[in-house]
Amino acid sequence: MVTTYEFDVLVMGAGLAGLRAALAAHQTGATVAVITKVHPVRSHSNAAQGGINAALTDRGDKWEEHAFETVKGSDYLSDQDAVEILAQEAGQDILALEHMGVIFNRNEEGRLGTRRFGGQKRARTFFVSDFTGQALLHVLYEQAMKARLPVFEEWFVTSLVKDEQGRCGGVLAFEIRSGRMALFKAKAVVIAAGGLGRVFEPSTNALICTGDGIAIAYRGGAPLMDMEMVQYHPTTLQGKGLLLSEAARGEGAYLLNAEGERFMEQYAPNMMELASRDVVSRAEQIEINEGRGINGCVLLDCRHLGKKLIRERLSQISEEAKSFANIDLTEEPVPICPGMHYMMGGVKTDVEGRCWDPAGGWQGVPGLFAAGEAACLSLHGGNRLGANSLLETVVFGRRAGRCAGEYAETLAFPRISDGVVKDGENALKKVLARPETGDTVARIRHEMGCAMTEGFGVFRDEEGMAHAQQTVGSLRERWNRVAIHDKGQVFNTSLVRALELDFMLDCAETIALGAVTRTESRGAHFRTDCLERDDDHWLKHILIHYRPDGPPQLDYLPVRITQWEPQVRVY
Amino acid sequence: MQTTFHIRRFNPESESPQSYFQDYQLATERSDTVLDALIRIRETVDESLTLRCSCRGAICGSCGMRINGHAALACKTKVASLISSGETIHVEPMNNMPVIKDLVTDMAGFWEKIRQVQPWLQPTGSAPEGEYLAAPEAMNHLTGVMHCIMCGACVSDCAALEVNPNFVGPAALAKAYRFVADPRDGNSSSRLGELNNPGGMWDCTRCMECIEVCPKGVGAMDRIMTLRAKGIEHGVPSTSGSRHTEAFADIIEQKGRLDEPMLAVRTFGLTNLRQMFSFLPMIFRALPRGKLPRSGPLHRPIPGIDRIRRLFQRAKEPR
Repeated sequence: MVTTYEFDVLVMGAGLAGLRAALAAHQTGATVAVITKVHPVRSHSNAAQGGINAALTDRGDKWEEHAFETVKGSDYLSDQDAVEILAQEAGQDILALEHMGVIFNRNEEGRLGTRRFGGQKRARTFFVSDFTGQALLHVLYEQAMKARLPVFEEWFVTSLVKDEQGRCGGVLAFEIRSGRMALFKAKAVVIAAGGLGRVFEPSTNALICTGDGIAIAYRGGAPLMDMEMVQYHPTTLQGKGLLLSEAARGEGAYLLNAEGERFMEQYAPNMMELASRDVVSRAEQIEINEGRGINGCVLLDCRHLGKKLIRERLSQISEEAKSFANIDLTEEPVPICPGMHYMMGGVKTDVEGRCWDPAGGWQGVPGLFAAGEAACLSLHGGNRLGANSLLETVVFGRRAGRCAGEYAETLAFPRISDGVVKDGENALKKVLARPETGDTVARIRHEMGCAMTEGFGVFRDEEGMAHAQQTVGSLRERWNRVAIHDKGQVFNTSLVRALELDFMLDCAETIALGAVTRTESRGAHFRTDCLERDDDHWLKHILIHYRPDGPPQLDYLPVRITQWEPQVRVY
Repeated sequence: MQTTFHIRRFNPESESPQSYFQDYQLATERSDTVLDALIRIRETVDESLTLRCSCRGAICGSCGMRINGHAALACKTKVASLISSGETIHVEPMNNMPVIKDLVTDMAGFWEKIRQVQPWLQPTGSAPEGEYLAAPEAMNHLTGVMHCIMCGACVSDCAALEVNPNFVGPAALAKAYRFVADPRDGNSSSRLGELNNPGGMWDCTRCMECIEVCPKGVGAMDRIMTLRAKGIEHGVPSTSGSRHTEAFADIIEQKGRLDEPMLAVRTFGLTNLRQMFSFLPMIFRALPRGKLPRSGPLHRPIPGIDRIRRLFQRAKEPR
């Protein structure tokens, strides 16, 4: 029999959303644990560079402006009730982070300073140089240490478990260091395990971003939403796809084509380089496709910003440009291109992070919550504004954690049948028992990544998407026979990577399905064969349900509009 | 370019779990990092090669390891910076921590020491309604230590830790500095008091290795030195460490060069008989070889001592 742990609330993932959720659940008096496949400070929240948005009213800003710009940025696909909450509660969360110890940049009066970010007319992005995510993550981890939250570090979650009523009752996981499997019983589970960038090649995302949480929730019966909405960041380094923060453009950097022109004039005459990310990425790709690029790139020019500003506010990217592109930002422009960066879609939740609808409007899994990049409220709709992702993690991480804690109070511990645990164990044993040689995880992953980038890039069309979808289908077949070379129990990364690939293939399938279904262009989903946004037919979300013995099932939910009717989107 | 990677392997599940070296030959390109190469080995040659890695951009701190004898992030170390023509690159797990498998080390002890410095903000009084007011320079200054990604490189190569496992270590001390130097923290005195204990800030031997190997320019040793200065400023009770520092400066000011026996006496105290007797064997060995340094009145000030004293005066003037 495997070990059983019991907690009121179990949080999967220890990035910003996970830690924020765990702390909020802890404050409700619930017993809370965090389970994560890497140490919390290795989480990918680290990689967020530029900042975190909030409209602080005492600075003359209005939450309505922030909300409207978020909705416009989303190409009117975001649910406006969720966006309103995000914008209204942003200020209190920024201050809470500051009080916890985040060393936000200050202005001359010693108050919090701001910088500009894309898709927004006002400077409302609070920041710590250009490593805001890291500065936030380390502070939230400090708070987790202070609260003595139990963290199961380097544990790999393999599946959700449910009780006989179909309520989420915890997860099955194994400790990477020992291979030992355990059942984590919980009255509520919060999925905060981040994005799925590695489904694409290249991607700005870390190697751990393999969509585990998304796939686990999906297979557990929670629907995924907006999966076709994949953000391409306008400034990434060619090759591995490392990110150069939007903060550079926020501070005033230019985008130049091979002729040295600030080409954004043609595409977004008002906002220029600070138009929303989908718009800038498309503009760059057009420049490159029409022969005004340089070896598949355009240029990001920071030279006129001056050495002092670069040193103080863009230190990390200037270091990054030096280490990885061999370029001194103060001397030379750096070649960049659009690169896969963020998943707007994810596990469908309501504004309390619930992956089910208590009113029964849509089917989900009671007891399951989600927050952060793994979740889809939908806040970002077709395109996320820069510096809204960090905000989402703290606002909706907090809300999901609190709701999970309060929800758990009302319940007894779930009863999980021995059969469920046995099945989980056997499934893992079966993967480990694969042949030692043959098709490799690395090869399948690479082919999947290239196919996804090819088929679901900045520009999409039916033929390309169908081809990529077919490739992904055949890779799923190949995964079923993939070789596992390492047969050990201790730190078997060979096994871990095979399981991650399994999750990624689920993600890839749902991205493809969402994209071929949406026959319009909206936000990041831009089809050269359906150029227009089609509000008559597509002002709605696509939901995808997993079916264990058959193809996934599609469902639709209308976009929730509170005060901003769709308009033509110009920057 | 064909490159040989000489990698220390360890599999705790093998029949005789002992570490050994294995060589891998790999074609590398100019732009390759050591991490690129290790991943390629793992993906195309030997899937069992085990390491931690994630961000590929020197921000997650996963891939700390020793490369050619010094701790570094594999993702930030270019192969081309290590070799010019076919030399072998040595890759080993970090030092000063147990190895779990191949290049993966157990960092539990590392984190235990971080927790030891109570690494969270401890303001006095209740939080203000808005933000804490703080000087922009103070916050900018803290970004230096906040750049720390807890990769463990400094701890791996810390010479003091190697002989003194009780030492809290450079990463934890840099973390402690982050709070002592934070104008919002109200607990500096008690933090410095804690760090004044054995195993704390005085146990650093100033070998500078932590500064040398840090991939993020945190400069742990410099932070430790500032902590010591702040400790003395805050009047934390004197320890052999702080007395050593004060006596050292004092002797140089008086004599212009070190009076080593006097330094030992003033550091440990003449009444600390056990410590004093422990020096006897060394004295008896040094004496017949003529290596016992002169001390007290026999240790004359150097010529030009006035200039040294003027330097001290100037250093003591308020800036």
